[in-house]
Amino acid sequence: MNRLGPTICLGALLLGVGPLGAQQGPDSTSRGQQRTLDSLSLAMRALQARLDSAIDAQRTAAPVAAAAQPSRAPGTYMNVSFVGLTSAGASTARDLDRLEVGDHDPRARGFTIPNAELALDGAVDPYFKGFVNLVHKLDQQSETLVELEEMYVLTTSLPANLQLKVGQFFAEFGRQNAQHPHSWAFADDALVLGRIFGADGLRGQGARVSWLLPTPVFAEASFTVLNSAGETTASFRSLESGTIHGGIPIDREVRGLQEMLYMPRLSTSFDLTGSQTLVLGASGAFGPNNSGPGARTSIEGVDLYWKWKSPRASAGFPFVTFQSEVLSRRYDAESRIAALDGVTVLPAAVLKDVGGYAQVQWGIRPLLVAAVRAEVLRNDDPASAAFTATEREDRDRYSTNLTWFPTEFSKVRVQYNFDRRAVMGNDSSLWFQFEFLLGAHAAHKF
Amino acid sequence: MTFRAPAVLLAAVALLSAATAPPRTLNVVATTPDLAVIAKAIGGDAVDVKALAKPTEDPHFVDAKPSHILTLNRADVLIDGGAELELGWLPALLESARNAKIAAGAPGRVSAAQGVKLLEVPTSFDRSRGDVHALGNPHYLLDPVNARLIATNIAQHLGGVDPDRSAAYQANLKAFLTALDAKQAEWQAALAPYANARIVTYHKDFIYLAERFKLDVIATLEPKPGIAPSPAHLAEVISAMKAQRARVILVQTFQNRRTAETVARQTNGIVLDVSQQPGALPGTDTYFTMMDSIVRTLVKALAETK
Repeated sequence: MNRLGPTICLGALLLGVGPLGAQQGPDSTSRGQQRTLDSLSLAMRALQARLDSAIDAQRTAAPVAAAAQPSRAPGTYMNVSFVGLTSAGASTARDLDRLEVGDHDPRARGFTIPNAELALDGAVDPYFKGFVNLVHKLDQQSETLVELEEMYVLTTSLPANLQLKVGQFFAEFGRQNAQHPHSWAFADDALVLGRIFGADGLRGQGARVSWLLPTPVFAEASFTVLNSAGETTASFRSLESGTIHGGIPIDREVRGLQEMLYMPRLSTSFDLTGSQTLVLGASGAFGPNNSGPGARTSIEGVDLYWKWKSPRASAGFPFVTFQSEVLSRRYDAESRIAALDGVTVLPAAVLKDVGGYAQVQWGIRPLLVAAVRAEVLRNDDPASAAFTATEREDRDRYSTNLTWFPTEFSKVRVQYNFDRRAVMGNDSSLWFQFEFLLGAHAAHKF
Repeated sequence: MTFRAPAVLLAAVALLSAATAPPRTLNVVATTPDLAVIAKAIGGDAVDVKALAKPTEDPHFVDAKPSHILTLNRADVLIDGGAELELGWLPALLESARNAKIAAGAPGRVSAAQGVKLLEVPTSFDRSRGDVHALGNPHYLLDPVNARLIATNIAQHLGGVDPDRSAAYQANLKAFLTALDAKQAEWQAALAPYANARIVTYHKDFIYLAERFKLDVIATLEPKPGIAPSPAHLAEVISAMKAQRARVILVQTFQNRRTAETVARQTNGIVLDVSQQPGALPGTDTYFTMMDSIVRTLVKALAETK
């Protein structure tokens, strides 16, 4: 409305000019009056246009502002949500911390709180989005553990279909590693991910660049560089990697780019029909390990996800999904001192592990899902290997569960696992899960 | 000097082809088919419109599948409902789409609800009341007055993104609004004899239609928005329908018809198959034919049960 002021002044000025023009000769008087009238007419039209647009703007903006103000107040500038997970159950196994390989798995008889996750996200500015995941969990002695699980920014407007992620984050290796437990189809992490990536999954501090390819179907290439040290990069420069090679881990510092962890990934997706979608991916992770000053680890994996959803889906049901990942790890261990006695010299060795899982989920009817999963882990070390670890024993697991979602903000699950381990034998476990979600409604990735 | 001649030639060819090339078709993406058909009516042949949600599926729960990321990546314009109907899937798609043209606030982003007076805007936020949308009820397009606002918003944005064809968009808008005025009068005349008729719906998705055409939604089969019907609640609905002589139950293609049939059997009621999304039912490919179908179905049922 402030802009109307100068226009009105201009109109008044032009009106004032009129009598002055009338004091001149007849011709000039007539021309002057005409000019005045023209100017006046112009000013009036401008005034009318501005009034119209001001009224339009007021008419359209007012109801939205009225509707938006009260509801936007709680989440202004940031989405805040909390996921709380309680597990309970029992197993015939006594070594539950080995039976269950993930940090968010039920790893004790009785009750556990394996995940209490505070998630924050929002636009940082027009160029970045920010994400933070703070995880609390209770250990078996009811001590509270806190970890900064993820904290990263994601670019929103890089050219050439590029996107950059910087901070601490789950590596986009395969399908499930980057998912939070809230999205898992089972009460526990896949065995192969626990064995190869460690209990915390593969994550760390670094950067990822991804590129959406200019192809007719979806195809995305990404390249991630992470620090290779710590328990969240268990197959690389971590103290935990001693369980892989059996030696005393060396203190291997970063001397150059060869001490970083590099991860390429390529994924693609097709809509097979209007109601069926297939996603395929291949990933790699290559970096140093701490069995020796020049030792390296390489991990490769392929993943597949297929989903059918009814074209008349209600609340997303019914649906059927098939998901599978296969990973292999080659751990080049240098000659090292055995951790067991601190004296024996273990010879250099190539330690190979391979494993995978396949799972089917059936969304039977709204809010009820049944699932089955089969898993296998093998190591192909020669029988003459100088070191074999229980943590790398051959094992299989078969699981089935039923999940009921009272609403999309709560979840009740019951799961049965049958474990067959080469060294530890067979075990059965029954787990219950209850999960709730507070706060912002998270958008679900495919 | 040897390089100049080819360079000049190339530049001339480029200029010539730019001058003679037909204007590019705008890639318009709408989150739901109801927005898509209005965009097509306004954009005409100048736009290629795609809807992300299928007409037959629950628009609250669309899969954020990778093909949608690609569609959004190549969009010139994105039309979303603007009332958080797509909250469970659109943000995940946009996060990966890396398309600044359709970012919030960009000229290519149309928040369709701009100017719409949303109903049932909550005054407090409490999920014990069900999955209530924070900005208000998002099923607003069954009110033709809202369709008028949305068509106007779309025409303004298309003109902003593609100013060369702004006049054509305005002309299409004018034709759409003229047709809408005539149709609205027709729908109002058809439903006028049934003013204050009592109806039941599965979800709270027909309140804008009820408000505009003076119908009385006495109950929903869901006890609360997004909460599955319980036997106890259905018993209450049956009692209410009997007490208030309501016999018409509206069900969309993706909602549980069997639940509605159970209630209808107890109340001598009629279950009506309707859809808010064009294309979900045969012969409903435009906003007008979709509304025609709803009004015609309602009038027939209300006449039978009067």
